[in-house]
Amino acid sequence: MTALTDAPGGARRPGGRGSADGPARGPGSAGRSAKHRLQSVLGVITSPKYGPVTITALLFVAVFVIGGIRYRGFLSGQVFLNLLVDNSYLIVLAVGMTFVILTGGIDLSVGAVVALSGMIAASLLQAGWGPETVIPLILISTSLLGLLVGFMIHVFKVQPFIATLAAMFLARGLCYVISQSSISITDPTFVQLAVTRIPLGGRMSITPSVIIAVVVVLIALWVLHRTRFGRTVYALGGSEQSGMLMGLPVARTKVLVYVVSGFCSGLAGVLFTFYTLSGYPLTAIGTELDAIAAVVIGGTLLTGGYGFVLGSVLGVLVLGVIQTIITFEGTLSSWWTKIFIGVLLLVFIILQKVLTARRR
Amino acid sequence: MSALFARMVASRLFWPIVMLLVLFAVNLIAFPGFFSITVRDGHLFGSLIDILRNGAPTLIIAVGMTLVIATRGIDLSVGAIAAISGAVACAIILGSPNPGSISTVAVAIAVAILMSLVFGVWNGFLVAVLGIQPIIATLILMTAGRGVAMLITEGQILTVNSPPFKALGSGFWLGLPVATIIAAVLFAFAALITRRTALGMLIESVGINPEASRQAGVRARGLLFTVYTFCAVCAAIAGLILTANTAAADANNTGLFIELDAILAVVIGGTSLAGGRYSLAGTLVGALVIQTLVTTVYTVGIPPIATMVFKAAVVTVVCLLQSPTTNAALASFRRSLAIRAGKGAAAS
Repeated sequence: MTALTDAPGGARRPGGRGSADGPARGPGSAGRSAKHRLQSVLGVITSPKYGPVTITALLFVAVFVIGGIRYRGFLSGQVFLNLLVDNSYLIVLAVGMTFVILTGGIDLSVGAVVALSGMIAASLLQAGWGPETVIPLILISTSLLGLLVGFMIHVFKVQPFIATLAAMFLARGLCYVISQSSISITDPTFVQLAVTRIPLGGRMSITPSVIIAVVVVLIALWVLHRTRFGRTVYALGGSEQSGMLMGLPVARTKVLVYVVSGFCSGLAGVLFTFYTLSGYPLTAIGTELDAIAAVVIGGTLLTGGYGFVLGSVLGVLVLGVIQTIITFEGTLSSWWTKIFIGVLLLVFIILQKVLTARRR
Repeated sequence: MSALFARMVASRLFWPIVMLLVLFAVNLIAFPGFFSITVRDGHLFGSLIDILRNGAPTLIIAVGMTLVIATRGIDLSVGAIAAISGAVACAIILGSPNPGSISTVAVAIAVAILMSLVFGVWNGFLVAVLGIQPIIATLILMTAGRGVAMLITEGQILTVNSPPFKALGSGFWLGLPVATIIAAVLFAFAALITRRTALGMLIESVGINPEASRQAGVRARGLLFTVYTFCAVCAAIAGLILTANTAAADANNTGLFIELDAILAVVIGGTSLAGGRYSLAGTLVGALVIQTLVTTVYTVGIPPIATMVFKAAVVTVVCLLQSPTTNAALASFRRSLAIRAGKGAAAS
């Protein structure tokens, strides 16, 4: 929608590949190859494709180590695993959001859809439905919502921002229509899934949600990098016009990314109910922004075309580790989280700007 | 006659006004006293006055948002700025020894608006100088802003007892709600300086192509700064009204979703998010549609909390009606009608 003010010069080229792979390496001396290696490392950090992800990874490690130096017991496997446990739903959301943002779109409805699927789950379970019907029903209905949004965007040329805004209002409103107060979940399967810990040895454990999130990430990785659909997603973000001229299935892909996002939001909603064991119409307000922030911090360009699912996962982890540090700090109030996320967003956006500007 | 009708349909204000009239009609059927306005203690009362008063904050923000969107931008941070300005004003009034005096309130309002100038310049800097996409540039302040507001209120809801401040939200002047008068003045100001001078056209030219307009001698950067600052000031004023209405600053909930309502008002009013063309009159109609919808939902007896479903329906309908696809379909329908009419004319 705002492509003109921010069309990075590098977006139309496979930027950074030349220097990222390094110049052709001859059978030179050991010294020269070390120099080349340094150059190629620098090339990775300053390329718009890999740069932001690498820096996010370094940032994550740095924050984690700083936390370890500052607090006793921080630098442990379980603290890291808890990041996954606490944020598994956000990881799934960020995966869906990555697909949408890679095509240059945006999905504002995800937070409301998370709340809606929680409400559907809670109310249907309360009415005596079994989880084996409730969960597929949620996933199908949120995917359908995504499909409708996709149609609105593609067929009627409504801007993604507005179409998903309408979906957000719809989902949030439906939450209130279902119930205006919190509904707790007592279904034995859901409770079981909520309390189960899968031991990993060394007194470390994860929840089933983490496994689901990891599977989603793996599937997303495969789809984006190994299938035609994935390549079309990247191509659309580069230039929709070129994609159309090349005969790529633009319409199908553009609609499908919103279906993917809808499905991921539904699944995230289910994971979120495993985490909270209740449905409440006001939950997950602002989660769409967390998801967008995670994707941006993970190095995906908002104009589309560049980015990785693993980057978004890293983005979620960075947000999570900041939250953990603030919890460990104790004295810091929780609203500092918001300010930190804002500052981080700023830093990473300027970084993207600098990296893409250098390629021009 | 049909030519006049065709021109009316082609106008971007047509569908929003139809929407508003439909809402009015629904109200008139469901609630016969809807259009009656009574005078009580020299103040006007009635559903229409309520719509004007409660819709004032949305309209104020929507006016600023219209100009931002005209430059192909968007400002997501208005809700956070509204929360901050309310928090600042309440904190100052609470901290002063004499919360009821007009001078205290004036200082509080002045400080809140001055702070919003800083935020506006900040947004403008990110968009105009660093060249960050507006949606993201303002997302930063949207995320961090509520945190800042929380810092100011220290995580609590600040309740103030100051009659002059409260008047800002629920007071009356010359029989009309103060909030409505403020909104009207702001609307008139924006309309005058953008439509009676070249400013509006320059803003539109920046929206069409910032680089080209810069090369044509338009100071695009300065215009962007102006527009974002104006929007932030509008947001601060709306925040003051919202806070004064409840006499409490709630960092979490003041102006929650108001950025979306404002964008909605702008879009319903026929301004395209692609920038380059805007209609302040459309925004006014859009804001009225939203507020009338909310009031209708209240009066019809549907749980008020479900308004969001209706908002979703209205956005969807208006967007679909205004979409190029629908327009093309309508145009071909009109053409086929014209051909049929032409045949009839030839025969006679």
